[in-house]
Amino acid sequence: MDTRKIIRLGGLLGSLLLLCLSAVPAVHAMPAIQHWVTDHGVRVYFVPAPELPMVDVTVTFAAGSVRDADNPGLANMTSTLLDMGAAGLSADEIATRIESLGAELSTVAAREMAMVSLRSLSDSAYLQPALALFADVMTQPNFDKKDFERERQRKLVAIRRSEQSPSAIAGYRFFHSVFGEHPYAHRVSGMEDDVKALRLKQVKAFYKRYYVAQNAVVSIVGDLDRKAAEALVQQVTGALPAGSRAAALPPVADLSKANEERILHPSTQTHVRMGAPGMHRGDPDYFPLYVGNHVLGGGGLVSRLHEEVREQRGLSYSVNSYFSPMEQNGPYLLSLQTRNDQVDEALAVMRDTLQDFVDKGPTEEELVSSKKNITGGFPLRISSNSGIISHINMIGFYDLPLDYLDTFSGHVMNVTREQIIDAYQRRVSPETMVTVIVGGES
Amino acid sequence: MRSLLTLFLLLTSQVLLGAGAVTEYRLDNGLKLLVKQDHRAPVVVSQVWYKVGASYEHDGISGVSHVLEHMMFKGTDDHPPGEFSRIISENGGSENAFTSKDYTAYFQRLEKSRLAVSFELEADRMRNLHLQDKEFQKEINVVMEERRLRTEDKPTALTYEQFIASAFVSSSVRIPTIGWMDDLENMDLDDLQHWYQRWYAPNNAIVVVVGDVEPEEVLALAKKYFGPLKPEQIVPPKPRLEPAQKGKRYIIVQAPAEVPYTIMGYKVPVLKTANESWEPYALEVLANILDGGDSARLTREIVRGSQIASSAGAGYDLYDRQAGLFLLDATPADSHSIDDVQQALFAQIQRLKDKPVTSDELERIKTSVVASNVYEQDSSFYQAMKVGQLEAVGLDWKLADSYVENIKAVTAEQVQAVASKYLLDRYLTIAELDPLPMEKGGKPGAAANGGGHGH
Repeated sequence: MDTRKIIRLGGLLGSLLLLCLSAVPAVHAMPAIQHWVTDHGVRVYFVPAPELPMVDVTVTFAAGSVRDADNPGLANMTSTLLDMGAAGLSADEIATRIESLGAELSTVAAREMAMVSLRSLSDSAYLQPALALFADVMTQPNFDKKDFERERQRKLVAIRRSEQSPSAIAGYRFFHSVFGEHPYAHRVSGMEDDVKALRLKQVKAFYKRYYVAQNAVVSIVGDLDRKAAEALVQQVTGALPAGSRAAALPPVADLSKANEERILHPSTQTHVRMGAPGMHRGDPDYFPLYVGNHVLGGGGLVSRLHEEVREQRGLSYSVNSYFSPMEQNGPYLLSLQTRNDQVDEALAVMRDTLQDFVDKGPTEEELVSSKKNITGGFPLRISSNSGIISHINMIGFYDLPLDYLDTFSGHVMNVTREQIIDAYQRRVSPETMVTVIVGGES
Repeated sequence: MRSLLTLFLLLTSQVLLGAGAVTEYRLDNGLKLLVKQDHRAPVVVSQVWYKVGASYEHDGISGVSHVLEHMMFKGTDDHPPGEFSRIISENGGSENAFTSKDYTAYFQRLEKSRLAVSFELEADRMRNLHLQDKEFQKEINVVMEERRLRTEDKPTALTYEQFIASAFVSSSVRIPTIGWMDDLENMDLDDLQHWYQRWYAPNNAIVVVVGDVEPEEVLALAKKYFGPLKPEQIVPPKPRLEPAQKGKRYIIVQAPAEVPYTIMGYKVPVLKTANESWEPYALEVLANILDGGDSARLTREIVRGSQIASSAGAGYDLYDRQAGLFLLDATPADSHSIDDVQQALFAQIQRLKDKPVTSDELERIKTSVVASNVYEQDSSFYQAMKVGQLEAVGLDWKLADSYVENIKAVTAEQVQAVASKYLLDRYLTIAELDPLPMEKGGKPGAAANGGGHGH
């Protein structure tokens, strides 16, 4: 709920009016992170930021779609319903009260995380009532049958609309193919039949199990002191039962053979997703793989894939590769999209570029260049409150060391060509990758 | 693609900058420099804005502004293709560019000591671009891929493009920024050379810098790098005023799709064209009454209340260069038709004419605007966007500072007045997306109205 969005238009028009040369990578100084654990087990990460009179709070539960078990879409539905009525207030009343305070409240579920976030002015006349509503949403959702049925219908329409998009189809088929029986495999939203099968009692049980203190990380950035931050955490999470932390996820199996899936779609372009299980948060190979991939396909307008596919051949508007480190090995994904009759050529170039990189690694020059970009750009990543909160939330959720940001650039600078080649040869095998191809006939 | 959406939202978020915080300069060659200090972190955002975009174009060369934006990364007399991006990258920068109907802008985010790197490269490509046919032949294909990605294969985007082209018969608002496919296929290097020569000059550019900088130091850098550039004789585009609409227009766009969709727009003035300067602000409030958050009328009443729509929105941009549209769009809920959802939107419009909005609603919008004014300061990029966008369309950046005040001054009667004056059938264009079956493996885009295709 971003009250600043004056034009929303159902979220469909957003990309129509402004054209970028290319998709922009995430942007980011060294904040001192304060950390403590409350009496009933909530892990807290706090960075004071007195420059602007505002506060950001995110509460993250290990309650993403990996917890869906036999009910794909359950975590997503649970997250959606939180602010659709709580503590006896209706969805309308919650939205009206929050927006009358100039605050922004949102809930979102991803594969591992379910986040509830609040942005408010720090003036207590606004902040206190906003926090009270925020606490209600998290600790006393109504889970009313009528709201459940309406949101189910809306999700069904959204899922069907995604079937119009070759990119969306390629995206969920890729996860399905890479992760097989693992909880990472299924779509966060679930498919149509999954959502039709959901029951409100499942939502209530899911909420009861996962929205608990031991399973929560609170991140706070803003204009308040430690004492106020402690009081805030108490106010927001005090009513959560202690419960227990979600179980560790099972390891992800490596792929044993290549698999190519072609899906026909009435589109003028064909979308390609290629990859395999990659690495996890805290992975010993994290830095060689991260820096290596920056050279191969992660460096925005400057990368080998960008050079080979777009600059040299004009085959694709967007081409890139990235690791998504998760609790277990998340995907390593290479993607592009091209005119239907060029897909074989584009795919061959992407495969050759990857194979060459796995065989020979980066040149010394490329490596130096990537290190300069990563370390030189590091201050940009944490130059705003929103940049800081997303980083401390990631550190908290994955139990990364508190000096993670301080040591990041040093780790990057220490990476050698040999380490990259070694890590790529052990961890990335082009011959056992999944390829998903969605598009029209040429 | 997420970044694009963000940019778009940023662009249309009408919020105020910290008052009096911008320092304005003009170099002898006409280049305008705007500097805003934000000392929270040792970083800087630098943007170069040119007053040119799709609404400056004419039939046959649609998309040329955007193609030229792509070619601006393809080398100058001093720097071969790709070197610009390599230098920015090695300096830890992130960069990109964007084109809209009213402007083309280039930006870098850097650690603050690297601002000179940006200025040197931007000044170079402002006057010394070396357009090469070999690079163009590849890049035009990239742009056609971009068009397929953004428009051809997106039924709602296709519908929007047809809708705008139907709503305006003469005004250049109708020209799609990405360009029609056939125009892209027939574009040549001369088109780009002429366009570059005509618009890329210091007296048609605005440089905006926000970050941990001192204005006088930025001025000194600007003089050093941009100062020596020669100005150009800039002939402004002809007005191309839209003739009066003579009745409601309704179009149907058939394309393979799963879910129907409708978009409608009423012709309305913008700040630059309004006779009454309060009217655009009243329209802005009106848009917020309908769609300023989850408690606004459309979501509350037709998504959650009557459940006729699965999603619905409204939008208006008071800072456009030419008169535009007040937009509404919606997707019907499963058990409802396009007609049902259009009637629900009309009922909302009728109510705005019949009854003044409530004081609670006005109060909520005003509080939101004040709060957003604080939140937006968390993004130096956004702060730069705001002033750049205003200057690029020929408005004074100081308007950003009076935005909150102007919104606060809007009364319920004024909202009712603009609804009654402008939200009329004779100013209305409606488009409906009529989904065709998604024939798997059918000839791609065969039925897509107006979609040109590859060779």
